[in-house]
Amino acid sequence: MKILALDTSGLVASVAIIDEDTLTAEYTINYKKTHSQTLLPMIDEIVKMIQLDLKEIDAIAVSGGPGSFTGLRIGSATAKGLGLALDKPIIHIPTVDGLAYNLFGVKDLICPLMDAKRNQVYTGLYEFNENTFITLEQQMAVGIEDIITKINEMNRSVIFLGDGVTPYRDIIIDKIRVPYQFAPAHLSKQRAGAVASLAKIYYDKGQIESALSHQPEYLRLSQAERELKEKNEKSNK
Amino acid sequence: MIMEMNKDIKILAIESSCDETAASVVKNGREVLSNVISSQIALHTLYGGVVPEIASRKHIEKINQVIEEALKEANTTLEDIDAIGVTYGPGLVGALLVGVAEAKAISYATNKPLVGVHHIEGHVSANYIENKELEPPFLCLIVSGGHTHLVLVKEYGEYEIIGRTRDDAAGEAFDKVARAIGLGYPGGPKIDKVSKEGNKHAIEFPRANIDDAPYDFSFSGVKSAVLNHINSCKMKEEEIQVADVAASFQNAVVDVLVTRTIKAAKEFGMHKVCIAGGVASNSALRQAMKEACTKEEISLFYPSPIFCTDNAAMIGAAAYYEYKKGTRHGLDLNAVPNLKIGQR
Repeated sequence: MKILALDTSGLVASVAIIDEDTLTAEYTINYKKTHSQTLLPMIDEIVKMIQLDLKEIDAIAVSGGPGSFTGLRIGSATAKGLGLALDKPIIHIPTVDGLAYNLFGVKDLICPLMDAKRNQVYTGLYEFNENTFITLEQQMAVGIEDIITKINEMNRSVIFLGDGVTPYRDIIIDKIRVPYQFAPAHLSKQRAGAVASLAKIYYDKGQIESALSHQPEYLRLSQAERELKEKNEKSNK
Repeated sequence: MIMEMNKDIKILAIESSCDETAASVVKNGREVLSNVISSQIALHTLYGGVVPEIASRKHIEKINQVIEEALKEANTTLEDIDAIGVTYGPGLVGALLVGVAEAKAISYATNKPLVGVHHIEGHVSANYIENKELEPPFLCLIVSGGHTHLVLVKEYGEYEIIGRTRDDAAGEAFDKVARAIGLGYPGGPKIDKVSKEGNKHAIEFPRANIDDAPYDFSFSGVKSAVLNHINSCKMKEEEIQVADVAASFQNAVVDVLVTRTIKAAKEFGMHKVCIAGGVASNSALRQAMKEACTKEEISLFYPSPIFCTDNAAMIGAAAYYEYKKGTRHGLDLNAVPNLKIGQR
């Protein structure tokens, strides 16, 4: 059973192939080139390197959001195009879940933080209980202080990771009241290897969708929709 | 070898540069086997114009469905397709990227060549679909919501821009004026319709000439003149004669488009003129261009309205001639929102 996994939700572009329980290839870059230019050449590179016939892939896993709207769509459109052409299903992995899965097996609370701009983070809370991955708080867009308050209330040690750590580091250090750590560089950003491992669990449970119906989960309205909604709410008052 | 040369070339084309998600299968650049368009106009009407983020979200939602329908309607499968054509600019970057990423993934997974197409070159090529005898060289006037260009098509895939708008595109001016006189979005078809009830000589709106560029256009002046007219009506508490304003505005725009096109055709010795783009559906433009071309003994070509609006069949037509010339794009093809005509 082979899964091709992609993550283009943030600045990182990452692709991986998992074959049963073996990660046969993983390629991650964090560079200024756009995902549109890097993603397929990266896939092509690992496919060639492990001499894979694309037709052998059983499913395409994609980190389906939240994240950069455009980044998500490049990943999703690529997954949908591959799914259509190869007639394979898609496995939609919530981006924040995929990030948390980088820290498999840790005893602490896991808190991924993605910079969502507009003073918000995409985040969630996770733990491993006897190696079972448990979602305590589903992925959401909230203010950094809201999630820190929640962690303080839970009164447990926590590990932070993700690209939201850098912009919010000072606020975290200032507000956090429980023991905390920041994940090191090799675990702190999106990795398609983690998306692929999680996708295998989804696949075994039959949690797949068609390439036709797959679309990203933005967790946010577009600016125009938000403004229209606010305007309507105001006029209803 | 002869067999190979006579082989039919089928192209699957994808277009997502603005607010239509479209896919088409085109045989040999001229025969449309399917032409599927998922329009978002109703969605954007709420906002009075195209919202890029909403357009991009809608594209990703619809794109596989549109492609699958196009293949099915053409009674074909990806295996029988010879190349994938896709619009990679100009347009809204987020919208373009959906089509480009999808097309690249399909091209990669099927090992079929990828041919990136310029959206406006697609509009020009829409003329090949129903006019089997049409071949370059010819002069083409491209008028849409985003573009106003006079282009010499010297050879298949060889373009020279001889005139362009200095400010608003013609279709953009239609949209803005329609909004100002309360007709709403999209402005082109609404003004066209209401103008039939109006007197096109009721108000004399200005025709802008640009001194050093005889084939360039400017539509911001006529748009401002309409806005001034509306304001002065309001000041004088006079009722705005919507049909007359629409007809007079349309007449001013059409007059400039036709005059410049005919002047250019004569200057460059072109006996064939084409019009293309969304505004090419405008009935007053078609009528006026027909009359002017007949008078000057110029052959006029234009596509049916379904091929004037954004569609993928025109991208398939343009991709065919690019394919024949050997144009191939790689897996790193990016969307280019300000792609220039003739740029490769």
